[in-house]
Amino acid sequence: MRALALVCTVLLVAACSRTEPGEPTLSTGIQSESLAGGAAATYAPGSQQALQAEAGDTIFFAFDSSTIRPESQAVLRQQAAWLEQNPRVSVTIAGHADERGTREYNLALGDRRANAVRTFMVGLGVDGSRLRTVSYGEERPAVGGTGEQVWAQNRRAVTTIGVTG
Amino acid sequence: MITPSRRRLLGAALGLPFATPALAQLTVTIDRGTVRPLPIAMSPFFGGDPALDEEGRRIAQVIGADLDSSGLFRTIDPLAYIQTPADLAAGGPRFVEWRQINAEALVIGQIRSVEGGQRAVEFRLFDVFAGTELRGLRFTAPEAEWRRVAHKIADEIYARITGETGYFDTRLVYVAETGPQTQRLKRLAIMDHDGANHRFLTRGDALVLTPRFAPDGTTVAYLTYAYGQPQVALIDADGGRERLLAGFEGMTFSPRFSPDGRFLALTLADRGNSDLFLYDRRTETRRRLTDGGAIDTSPSFDPTGQRLVFNSDRGGSPQLYVMDLASGATERISFGRGRYGSPAWSPRGDLIAFVNQRRADFHIGVMRPDGGDERMLTRSFMDEGPRFAPNGRVVVFARTDPARGRTRLYSIGVTGYNMRELATPLDASDPDWSPLRR
Repeated sequence: MRALALVCTVLLVAACSRTEPGEPTLSTGIQSESLAGGAAATYAPGSQQALQAEAGDTIFFAFDSSTIRPESQAVLRQQAAWLEQNPRVSVTIAGHADERGTREYNLALGDRRANAVRTFMVGLGVDGSRLRTVSYGEERPAVGGTGEQVWAQNRRAVTTIGVTG
Repeated sequence: MITPSRRRLLGAALGLPFATPALAQLTVTIDRGTVRPLPIAMSPFFGGDPALDEEGRRIAQVIGADLDSSGLFRTIDPLAYIQTPADLAAGGPRFVEWRQINAEALVIGQIRSVEGGQRAVEFRLFDVFAGTELRGLRFTAPEAEWRRVAHKIADEIYARITGETGYFDTRLVYVAETGPQTQRLKRLAIMDHDGANHRFLTRGDALVLTPRFAPDGTTVAYLTYAYGQPQVALIDADGGRERLLAGFEGMTFSPRFSPDGRFLALTLADRGNSDLFLYDRRTETRRRLTDGGAIDTSPSFDPTGQRLVFNSDRGGSPQLYVMDLASGATERISFGRGRYGSPAWSPRGDLIAFVNQRRADFHIGVMRPDGGDERMLTRSFMDEGPRFAPNGRVVVFARTDPARGRTRLYSIGVTGYNMRELATPLDASDPDWSPLRR
């Protein structure tokens, strides 16, 4: 389950974000089903894996945009609900940009994206003191290589358990 | 640690007063995008014993490499030289023998050992056709500083022939990169302009970006992720003593020193909005320069310190704007196709270099501070971070070649000629060129 969830996150992000937790659907049409009891055993409650599997931890943006798309709003609603269920958890929202821009503009853009997520979550009732933001600009791509498919996966905001630098 | 002071590196003019304007055939005009480099003979400097002769040979080699790298000179192979260094030291140049190998300029020199492990190095520059001396100078310096002496001599020759200030006794600070794209390890590194004396300033345990020299060249401001929120820090250019700027909550980045070194212009990101601030290093106070929801970043001072060029998306896409600091009056200067960023104001004041992104291509370009005379100097998959040499005649930048998975530093003349890769041991980005060293 855990391995499958990870594969889903890395390769099939769009499909994953629209899927109910525990039932990833591969874009090839191959269906998978969650193994009873297996999911609970693979990660601790309130952990990053739990957030990833139960709500989704990453949303994606259009080029030079910090607008939260409808499908991303769904993920953030799940994150907000998840935070409500895990009231002791604080998170860091990291904003990222693709490499197609200048380094400093991308630092500002990453900050804008992270704060767009934060503002949206606060609007859903999440206590702002539990939501820290950081921008990595173009410095920490999720995927190496070049081309629009790669860049689309790197224009993102990732919610991470804990207060990380 | 090498910390040359003004006293340890003295230049003293020898004999001849400055011969008035350089002779016509020995003038290189940079504006015209020189096609034909000036052939120059660079005799090994005469030492008088094998050890000093060897030092003299290395000095001449460094001078020649400096001049060649400008694209304005072509050092003639020493194997072609007829007159020996000893011969030159004893009786001066026999110009007819240098004309025979088509040298238009000739440099000769001597190196002597003086008290306290010092070296006295003197050179003379000749116009071969006219048979006249154009410049003569002696430097006294510790033996270990021989490369700097060579760079200073190259600067003198460059200045005498082109009429422009040299840029060889300078350093570059940059970000050295290793590792896969998704987990890049970045360290600040510093080196002489020719790649010699390379060293790392940070260990690589924290992400660091965008180093910028203070105008005296002794301090570097940069962005570090070592302390939670990304913050602007300062570090000594010769290593050690890292400290954060006081008084900022939130992420600060894109530091640039004012020409007098007192102020830093930088960006403060506050709840998703990036604005420019002026930080006073003396009073440790800050002044807001821009407001509103747009991204305002990448400031660069003009040489008077009274204006800033910066990058803003206030008009809907990233473009270049110039602000008068006293009045706050701001006007857009970029109107070409595509997106603009990373502006750098030339230390001469005459040009602003920038990155322009048009569809699939990145360019390094230059324009006048009023936005006129825009010219693209480069074009590639990704060119970033232009910064000027202190004489404003050369731009250094970083180019990423995705096919080879390689990011390296390049220099190019502002006329668009003479692009060269700078030697770095690892991948390299975010260069900044130091002022001329004293």
